[in-house]
Amino acid sequence: MKRRNPRNHPAAPKGYLLWVFLLPSIILLLFFAIPLVALIFRSFTPDFFENALSPQAFQALTLSLVTSSITTMVTFVFGTPLAYLLARWKFKHKAWVELFLDLPVVLPPSVAGLALLVAFGRRGLFGAFLGDLGINLPFTTAAVIFAQIFVAGPLYVRSARIGFEHVDKQLEEAAHVEGANHLQLFYEIMIPLSMRALASGAILTWTRALGEFGATILFAGNLEGVTRTMPIAIYIGFERNLGVALALSVVLIGVSVILLMITKKLETADPD
Amino acid sequence: MFLANSTSRKLLLTLVFTSLFTACNSPATYPTKTPEPVTLTVFAAASLTDAFTEIGAAFEAANPGVTVTFNFAGSQGLRTQIEEGAPVDVFASANTKEMDALVAGTFIAQDAPRLFLTNKLVVILPADNPAEIASLEDLEKPGIKLVFAAEEVPAGNYSRQALELMNAAYGADFKDKVLANIVSNEDNVKQVVAKVQLGEADAGIVYNSDAVAAPDLQTIEIPIESNVIATYPIAPLIESANAEISESFIAYVLSDEGQAILAKWGFGSKP
Repeated sequence: MKRRNPRNHPAAPKGYLLWVFLLPSIILLLFFAIPLVALIFRSFTPDFFENALSPQAFQALTLSLVTSSITTMVTFVFGTPLAYLLARWKFKHKAWVELFLDLPVVLPPSVAGLALLVAFGRRGLFGAFLGDLGINLPFTTAAVIFAQIFVAGPLYVRSARIGFEHVDKQLEEAAHVEGANHLQLFYEIMIPLSMRALASGAILTWTRALGEFGATILFAGNLEGVTRTMPIAIYIGFERNLGVALALSVVLIGVSVILLMITKKLETADPD
Repeated sequence: MFLANSTSRKLLLTLVFTSLFTACNSPATYPTKTPEPVTLTVFAAASLTDAFTEIGAAFEAANPGVTVTFNFAGSQGLRTQIEEGAPVDVFASANTKEMDALVAGTFIAQDAPRLFLTNKLVVILPADNPAEIASLEDLEKPGIKLVFAAEEVPAGNYSRQALELMNAAYGADFKDKVLANIVSNEDNVKQVVAKVQLGEADAGIVYNSDAVAAPDLQTIEIPIESNVIATYPIAPLIESANAEISESFIAYVLSDEGQAILAKWGFGSKP
């Protein structure tokens, strides 16, 4: 895959052809925009700041930010070597490994939560063993992080892998000839040259982890200060007080917008 | 593109609504005794899942051409969905609070709600009872894992009221000690059952009907003086497109057949 030169694009369509593209685009964009605008509009009540700045909201936001940051760091540490393997090594059954990585992304989060519960729960396949060691995962903050890594981690691996694949093989060969070993190659050539892909992958994982709900509520439950993240606080708020749910939603949208803007900046920054 | 005309917004909205609520209200201008198929949409508290599914099937069998679709969830969530314009014919709540709110919002007529069942609380334990809980008093044992319904959900609210009542028998700090053992506040009572069934929780408090629907669980009865009995109201929505069918569905729920199905699933008869 080569980076396309924007100047080589065909001219924009004109006349009725323009509308063939424009109309469906506008309808779809409106479809995405209207609910978000409605949410923000409805949240503007006199209680907005009281709701958005309540101790409960602060606690949930803190928990969300802390867990999603840890998720991103863990994914970085374990996912970067995996992405490198997938980008550069050829091995048997590689397609199966890739399938396992793609599955958590396409599965409904409820399936992910159930899978985690039967794997790491007290009676789970692996959880019983953990229990013997005195480790109980469900209903803990660690369970929140597990759920986030399971659902959001693959996004980073995919992005990092594409980044590594874009690094010119000749550079690697040259470094090899110069006497660099694999580890030096990895740290001094591959990582710096794919930094943008790694960073945007990390932010994708971060935002997805921030929004994780389904797997978390099944595997980690809902306890204030321990497992009640923003999305769960919003869901519970929906049951009790719509104003709180709306205010928290707007706060979460704000945080997500900032993170996505950073990603955009990284993606459009001048190459090299 | 077929959406590219002036009605596109309407079409889009219709699409969104039908897919969100899976409730296609067919335009039933002749509500009864017509061959035209009618879909009745019933929003019901999560604890009614099994019983109402059976009642729905029995009602469909007795009324050819009528299809009953259910949306089972926490009563608060259902109320919010109704307030936000979900097309609903009948609402069955696990408490009177949400029903009163909808009456106040003129979604439901003042005198429409009728109480159709009672439901008491019980303590449930996993089949093998790993925490060796033998009595209500054991719920305060430090270190056991309790899963309750969230305080915002009727079942969770009643559970906390019941603990308050138990203070009289087990000491003034009993409730606080029990609450300290909670590891998760689930958003609906069925989730409490699931967590106990999976053995992730050592105990939970649910409605008797939930315990009956999960025969693999052990139960501990809560004596009447510390129990909180829930009463469930049911009512048609004012904007129901199928007013007569809504009424006959509610009549069926209150009838001997309907009450027998409810009793089978562990509910007490209407007060």
